[in-house]
Amino acid sequence: MTTATYAPASEPISIPVREILPWAIFAGLLALLALYFIGAEQGATAIFSGTYIHEFVHDGRHLLGFPCH
Amino acid sequence: MVRSLLIRGMLVGVLAGLLTFAFARVFGEPQIDLAIGFEDHVHHMAGEAAEPELVSRQVQSTFGLLTGVLVYGCALGGIFSLVFTYAYGRIGKLSPRGTAALLAIAGFVAVILVPQIKYPANPPSIGNPETIGERTALYFAMTVISLIAMVAAYNAGRGLLSRLGGWNAALAGAAVYVLVVAVAMVVLPPVNEVPAEFSAVLLWNFRIASIGMQIVMWATLGLGFGALSVAALAKQRQGAASRQSHRPV
Repeated sequence: MTTATYAPASEPISIPVREILPWAIFAGLLALLALYFIGAEQGATAIFSGTYIHEFVHDGRHLLGFPCH
Repeated sequence: MVRSLLIRGMLVGVLAGLLTFAFARVFGEPQIDLAIGFEDHVHHMAGEAAEPELVSRQVQSTFGLLTGVLVYGCALGGIFSLVFTYAYGRIGKLSPRGTAALLAIAGFVAVILVPQIKYPANPPSIGNPETIGERTALYFAMTVISLIAMVAAYNAGRGLLSRLGGWNAALAGAAVYVLVVAVAMVVLPPVNEVPAEFSAVLLWNFRIASIGMQIVMWATLGLGFGALSVAALAKQRQGAASRQSHRPV
């Protein structure tokens, strides 16, 4: 849960890497996949055919600065 | 600990998405409508039929936009919190709020500001569909280079800390970032597909609205997550302290 030794109140306690890693890999991959669908799906590359996802998030994609059309 | 910080990050991300949506409705949507008006005008003058609407403008500018910024905010908030769990306690003795604020500034500069200077956001009617693959690759390449340069700059500054002192080490780190990014900007090819007749004022307003949305997004992430992480980390500290005091003597 925490580092083994107790640190005085002013010292930040860092979180061990082995505790972060599984969360970082799994949640990080899911987050990147979500960003891909908002930012790039049915643009340069497409997992699903058609243009519905592209058209639905169209305004967000333009305003969030992703290359579009 | 990681779990509770990740949840807070995603919650703050959703809040950031909502605020960004409100900002985009007021400052972004009018520019999109004007740009689509320009596009329709061009089609009309060329004697072509307007593009059929698969998703109506009404849906695009409300639920579509909301979905886009909420998912973006939630994902970004999650990633932000995970970077925070690693950075906290490892970049000097910064408080949770200081760590979150510093990460938000560095993230905004590396992921948004600098890539957008090279490849700025474009409203509808700008951009050749045939070059979308190349433009997407260049945009993400610039973003990745900028992120790597930011990490390298931090490490360089960190390494020089004992020799140069805090101020000059930070300056040296910043110089590393600027140098790497400047080389990338010179080497990567430019993209300019703005039609000659497109309104310069509209283009400016659109890009300012786009950057404004990102400022709302990252400021909410940095300040909001900083505030929430204080409570979460205090609980962790209490847990550590009580385990310590309950240990049999």
